Amino acid sequence: MVRRKLMGRLAPYLLVLPGWLWLVIFFVIPVIAMLSLSTQTGDLIDGFTQTFHWQNYLDGWNEYHVEFIRSVIYGAIATILCIVIGYPVAYWIAFRGGHRKSSLLFLLLLPFFVSFVIRVVSWQFMLADNGIILEPLKAIHLLPADFHILATATAVVGGLTYNFVPFMILPIYVALERIHPEVMEAAGDLYATRRAAFRRVVLPLSMPGVFAGVLLTFVPAAADYVNASILGGTDQTMIGNVIETEYFTNTNYPMASALSFILMAALLIGVFIYAKVLGTREVLDMAVA
Amino acid sequence: MSTTIEASSTATSGAVAPPPTVHKVRRGWLLPTWGWIVIVWLASPVIVMIVFGFNNTSGKFNIQWQGFTLTWYRNLFVIPQLTDSLITSIEISVIVTIIATALGTLMGFALGRYRIRGAGSINLVMFANIAAPEVALGAALLSLFLTIGFPLGFWSIVIVQVMFSIAYVAVTVRARMAGLAPSVEEAARDLGAGPIVTFFRVTIPMITPGIMAGALLTFALSIDDYIITSFNAGSTVTFPLWVFGAARTGVPPQVNVMGTLIFAFGVVLAAIGFVTGRRKKRQLDGE
Repeated sequence: MVRRKLMGRLAPYLLVLPGWLWLVIFFVIPVIAMLSLSTQTGDLIDGFTQTFHWQNYLDGWNEYHVEFIRSVIYGAIATILCIVIGYPVAYWIAFRGGHRKSSLLFLLLLPFFVSFVIRVVSWQFMLADNGIILEPLKAIHLLPADFHILATATAVVGGLTYNFVPFMILPIYVALERIHPEVMEAAGDLYATRRAAFRRVVLPLSMPGVFAGVLLTFVPAAADYVNASILGGTDQTMIGNVIETEYFTNTNYPMASALSFILMAALLIGVFIYAKVLGTREVLDMAVA
Repeated sequence: MSTTIEASSTATSGAVAPPPTVHKVRRGWLLPTWGWIVIVWLASPVIVMIVFGFNNTSGKFNIQWQGFTLTWYRNLFVIPQLTDSLITSIEISVIVTIIATALGTLMGFALGRYRIRGAGSINLVMFANIAAPEVALGAALLSLFLTIGFPLGFWSIVIVQVMFSIAYVAVTVRARMAGLAPSVEEAARDLGAGPIVTFFRVTIPMITPGIMAGALLTFALSIDDYIITSFNAGSTVTFPLWVFGAARTGVPPQVNVMGTLIFAFGVVLAAIGFVTGRRKKRQLDGE
């Protein structure tokens, strides 16, 4: 009887344990390993030794702050574009979708059945200098012959916006969907104009969705390097590209680790402050729903 | 502004208030037009991918329409590395889905049902795991593998993909648990079912939609992942890695065909799930 009671009390912990261990061993400890590697010195041939060389961080920042700042700016522009493009769509489906709501959401998610890399490559096809969009426009002299979109900031930010806009639409949709029609009616009963009802009722109630969307959009957009690699040129290098190059081309592991750590710390601290203000679980649940 | 003045004046005069403006949603054309433009925009690379799988291209760059052909469907598997990469991707995703769904479900169930000491730190780690940028997740595990000399390849990819999937499954299942009353399980216990029988015959069936959603999400994340995987792949090549590598020199039309087939498979699968889900719901509503 006592044993059974003990088992009963331990059961929840036993259930959590395997997943928790996996996260600790392959997420928490690696972050510590990365922090440790970031202060080492040496090279691939002679090996790396721990010398608490914090200078790596300063060097990393001095050498690559342009890419850091560019990543934040690109991520921010893409996020704002996602809100501007996505909010009306979410509003349309939530309030005007009627019985077609699920079908419209399904259409919206259609691109996800195609690999992320293929979608980016597909944009590379379409935006190519003599591809299906630019070639006809050049043929009728609407655009000069040397006009190009690939290898410009427009292409990279456009690619980021394209890839992450569904992550903005969905949480906003979820938030709007939760608004009872009675609330809107109440606003009408209280003589709110349509504009005022939107600004003072609908918009505030949908903000958790926008916040979750910003979280889901900004972090991956700022840290992405697939769009910059495929659609961008040498002037659009983002911090993700730099980290990749430092690890695999330059095998400067300490520098690469330091840059990754700066990126992660900066984004996570930002996210935590952001979530603290808004409530971790609410944002997380909204993000996953 | 005018309505406010009107409202206060009627209130002071004590007359019956005029019928308030009911906000029936306006039937404008602007919103639907915008919605459809965005849907078409989102679908455009997919359409291009499908169409150019039928393109009779001869050069290395498959970017201009040169006539219809089924050559690429007939010669789908002529690029051995591409075929191998697809097989590797499917193998990895199946293994990852099984492990991550099992671990994540147990975690989500326990977090949703019991009060657990340390639940705060578990939530924190899961939140950090989901919110952390992919590059950093990949780089962190790579740093560990480099430090301890773990060989990079098939199994390091499995490890890293399970790592980024567990939290998603756990959160999805926990969200499902939150909507369930423990009374159903208590009833089962009252009727003489042991804790294990209750778990498998009552709890699991009730949270199955959550588990299925978590598993599908894991499979989708896993088979699609480029960034984290590329950091820990060593010389193993998955499908997204192969396509990325080919993007520099020109992607062969076979990639379009494979993409199209995967797309069709996914859409059919989702459509079946969608229809059966709707039918089930209708049955429930009818009861």
